[in-house]
Amino acid sequence: MDQQHVTSEVTFHHHVPGPENVKRIWKIFWVLLIITVIELGLGLFLYATDFPHSLDLAIKGVIVILSLAKAFYIVSIFMHLGDEIRNMIMSIVVPLMLFIWFIAAFLWDGNSYKNLRNTYDKHFKERTEQKKDAGKH
Amino acid sequence: MSSPATAQETRWWNGGRSPFNLEYGKLMMWYFLMSDAFTFGAFLISYGSIRFSQNFWPDPNVVFNALPGTGHMNLPLAFVSVMTFILIMSSVTMVLAVHEGHRSNRQGVMKWMLWTILGGIAFLLCQAWEWHHLITGEHAVLADGKIELIGQTMGGNPWGKLIDPAVAQQALATSPPEILAHLAHEYPKEGTTAALDALEKMPANQLLGMIDMEHLHIREKGPIAFGGYFFGITGFHGFHVFSGVIINIVMLTMAAKGVFDRRGHYLMIEKAGLYWHFVDLVWVFVFLCFYLI
Repeated sequence: MDQQHVTSEVTFHHHVPGPENVKRIWKIFWVLLIITVIELGLGLFLYATDFPHSLDLAIKGVIVILSLAKAFYIVSIFMHLGDEIRNMIMSIVVPLMLFIWFIAAFLWDGNSYKNLRNTYDKHFKERTEQKKDAGKH
Repeated sequence: MSSPATAQETRWWNGGRSPFNLEYGKLMMWYFLMSDAFTFGAFLISYGSIRFSQNFWPDPNVVFNALPGTGHMNLPLAFVSVMTFILIMSSVTMVLAVHEGHRSNRQGVMKWMLWTILGGIAFLLCQAWEWHHLITGEHAVLADGKIELIGQTMGGNPWGKLIDPAVAQQALATSPPEILAHLAHEYPKEGTTAALDALEKMPANQLLGMIDMEHLHIREKGPIAFGGYFFGITGFHGFHVFSGVIINIVMLTMAAKGVFDRRGHYLMIEKAGLYWHFVDLVWVFVFLCFYLI
């Protein structure tokens, strides 16, 4: 099938996708579903167990990485960004690098504010600090 | 993909063609989505910043443990799993609609667009139930030495630290009978179920004996920012879902009227698809930040 020439700006068209494209879509669906189930499992695992804080953070880190993997699959396959030419991909991905600073700076800032308050405002510390299991249902 | 030779010989930056090999509308949709990503990102990072500044933050497994029709059963994350599944599913039907659009198959586009719209509406209904449940919930909190029954709103929430049982018992002993009647109604001891209006006529000491202290968890009020961030961010996402559903309905109508067949291409479906997938993408992070960690 000859793909219609839509606009003069577009130099070449991706070929008309066939059944192998549908297969790829369903494959990604299963990938997303399985990752989500693993995430939920880890989330409930955090709830059911009583680990030290550092191990909790490690598990949360794994959940964050799994979420980034899901984001990659959605953008690359479902939104077809992976099929675009490199110039285009870079014009989207490079500005998003700002998030690296954005997240690190603001979480650091919040954490620093907490530490300062705990140091200089003992009342705040006593009122809000608690052992982990005390928050359980 | 075209053959590599075409890509190499093409002089992308000489003018007269898109250096990104995309038509204008689609490229602008991408840039809009990028700016929207920064908006959502800023909201979520602000939430993260406040959360990192607190010693205590509510446990999502405690907050989100309800499922429609199961009463007080403790089912952490069950309902939000359903919502997540609905959204992933509707993303798949959307990408299938785009796929049929590439093949200029009108019937296929319409079928999958319809499923996508239904998925979006189902998600919105779930969210409406969830918000309603959180806002109208009656959870016992101890504030200023008094027991109060509150739900999660912008002004406060019942998800603070658990109160020591001895302290809770003492606070209950000095509580007015209306509150005790509500608690005895919501958390009845075995074999003491009674209608609320019957309970409201009973004296306080009788009601005290009818409350199931095993299952009644009295907490402090939680960090006040929790409600605002939750409703603000999930609301902003829900608004995106809502506008996505509207856009998809417009696309379905245009497809049904044969507009895209006359144009000779289904590129509008691709643009609507980009928006819809973005909504799913944002949910990945909302789900992560509010429900999982």
